[in-house]
Amino acid sequence: MSTAFNEMYLGPQIRPPYAQLESWMRAMPADLRRQKQAEAEALFRRIGITFAVYGEGGDPDRLIPFDMFPRVFTHSEWARLERGIKQRAQALNAFLVDVYGRAEIIRAGRIPPSLVYQNEAFEKSVVGFVPPKGVYSHIVGIDIVRTGPTDFFVLEDNCRTPSGVSYMLESREMMMRMFPDLFRENRIQPVDRYHDLLRRTLTSVAPQKCRHDPTVVILTPGHFNSAYYEHSFLADLMGVELVEGQDLFVEGEFVYMRTTQGPKRVDVIYRRLDDAYIDPLCFRPDSMLGIPGLMDVYRSGGVSICSAPGAGVADDKAVYTYVPEMIRFYLGEEPILNNVPTWQCAKPDDLGYVLDNLGELVVKEVHGSGGYGMLVGPKSTKEQVETFRHKILNDPANYIAQPTLALSATPTFVDEGVAPRHVDLRPYCLVGERIELVPGGLTRVALTEGSLVVNSSQGGGVKDTWVLAE
Amino acid sequence: MLLMIDHLTLYRYETPARGVVQSHRLMPSTCAGQEVVAWEVTVSGGVKGGGFRDGAGDWVQGWSVTGPVSEIAVQVRGKVATSDTAGVLRGHRETISPEVYLVPTAATALTGALPTLAKAGQGQATVLGAAHELSCAVTQAVAYQPGTTHAHTTAAEALALGAGVCQDHAHVLCAVARANQIPARYVSGYLSSDAQGAGHEAAHAWAELYIVGLGWVGFDPANACCPDARYVRLGSGLDSRDAAPIRGSARSTGAEWLDVTVAVQAMQQ
Repeated sequence: MSTAFNEMYLGPQIRPPYAQLESWMRAMPADLRRQKQAEAEALFRRIGITFAVYGEGGDPDRLIPFDMFPRVFTHSEWARLERGIKQRAQALNAFLVDVYGRAEIIRAGRIPPSLVYQNEAFEKSVVGFVPPKGVYSHIVGIDIVRTGPTDFFVLEDNCRTPSGVSYMLESREMMMRMFPDLFRENRIQPVDRYHDLLRRTLTSVAPQKCRHDPTVVILTPGHFNSAYYEHSFLADLMGVELVEGQDLFVEGEFVYMRTTQGPKRVDVIYRRLDDAYIDPLCFRPDSMLGIPGLMDVYRSGGVSICSAPGAGVADDKAVYTYVPEMIRFYLGEEPILNNVPTWQCAKPDDLGYVLDNLGELVVKEVHGSGGYGMLVGPKSTKEQVETFRHKILNDPANYIAQPTLALSATPTFVDEGVAPRHVDLRPYCLVGERIELVPGGLTRVALTEGSLVVNSSQGGGVKDTWVLAE
Repeated sequence: MLLMIDHLTLYRYETPARGVVQSHRLMPSTCAGQEVVAWEVTVSGGVKGGGFRDGAGDWVQGWSVTGPVSEIAVQVRGKVATSDTAGVLRGHRETISPEVYLVPTAATALTGALPTLAKAGQGQATVLGAAHELSCAVTQAVAYQPGTTHAHTTAAEALALGAGVCQDHAHVLCAVARANQIPARYVSGYLSSDAQGAGHEAAHAWAELYIVGLGWVGFDPANACCPDARYVRLGSGLDSRDAAPIRGSARSTGAEWLDVTVAVQAMQQ
């Protein structure tokens, strides 16, 4: 991937947004850099921001590596990204309201019905229900990669409960604490309004039967969940209760939270729990994490659930290929951000192409996430490629393939000094009464030289993401 | 026909439950061929929760009981005037696409001898013909024999046993219909136990298959017929759990016992 775009350079020139950072980097002696890196690690350890990795054993409280070299966007670069992200978030929500309602996009023949109706994330139990303000996905995490000075692609959408926003906020906090001068020398737009916007978004979708100032809670599966830190962090910032299923109960037409002062009615639940677990009466009967009867209260307008049950049907990797079509269909606009060209192994022609070119492609499971169960052709051994060939042939509909993109790289501190490493970007778009986006997001970096897998579960790290003011 | 229904479900808890929450599908469907004359559902000590009509057209009603409580009685009493629609569900408002009912569930997974049985649906000129053939095949393959299966028996297991009750018949028919790309669903309701109905459960279940042009059509392989004026339809789902008239959860540490009695009496009008 020697041809990858390095965001700090344009040919031999330093790109203007990185000018200050380049001299900052040059001026920093190696021992100061090591000292700062140790300081950052100690701070992260102290505040307890850690990330457990599924299925890998080892230390569940492993620190996610933090890289001190910020990633920078200019004001105009961001303006375009922001328009593209908001456009996408709006179209995804329009799609969700439609497929659980009149299904115009299916009637119009713009998306195959089987992709929606036989999708395991389609929730029959919410058909005919329009959530408050017509929003299913209140926090849309859109993963974006860059391949050139003006080339951005959306890699995937996360409409359920995207995680990682705490890293966006903590990375900024860390940088401001360690390098206050940088924030005087550069005009960086703040991201610290995020929790205010999140709370405003959640209160704006209070249920139909709520006639008072809504009470918001965050529902977590518990402290063993890999994102538990983030759940408690967001609850603290917003000043709302962090609850588990057993702290809530249904009585009559409403949901209540047990408190030391007696039961308190809950109006909006920001759940960080999959649909399957939220109500054993409606979904998995063996779930101990949910609230029995929650769905009846929800559907009769007594409580709001964010994201709304059923939102997952908009974000699997097969539906992804139709998002540009959704934008045209619902908004009558052309997509501002492009999709990565995608082959669907369910289609015979596509399958043939994928099998012939496995060594060059990235192959993903339709319902997979977190970088698990994927093949990066050019980075794999012959054996790995052949193993994947068998998996695809056994269940073609479960796989999609994309070209291996030359992800952009940004300067990153490594043992030998500074070197380019590949990055992606996950901004968090908030959708309620309004569509809001703080200028920034989570930049994930593949710390291994040449690696294209940025997932924190696969050894990726994070960086502060700057959006410069005009 | 006028059907009088008396349906009592009794829950007993070994250690008193701190609270009970239930979700009911206990209202007769609003459709041609059945008209509610009187209907009442009571839950002892219960508070009525939210109610709504879901996308399948069923009225769903939440209930909660604040504990401690060691016994709960759910009592359904009503009168429904019925007429024969030859099994065709008409005048029923629903918004879920029939294609949703092509998806298998754990109870209706296409395993064991089910794919072979499903071949009974092949070679028919019409989908309706295939549906009748499949229903007949299920009647022949699974004998009515109470006590051989239980609430969690799957379609494939019942077929392997060659015996079961109405729940098993309905599961097997759903599985083989879906295998033929015919949308199918599980229906719960009541069946009057008059005339030669002896031995059949009054709390009954059958299947509906979607026939393009006709809509949803009921098939009752347990009785080798299509539902007629002896039937009262309550609700539907992908399988028995999904269509259950009562789903409940008790906050209790001990054992739980369930006792159901149903009486359906027919009066000629």
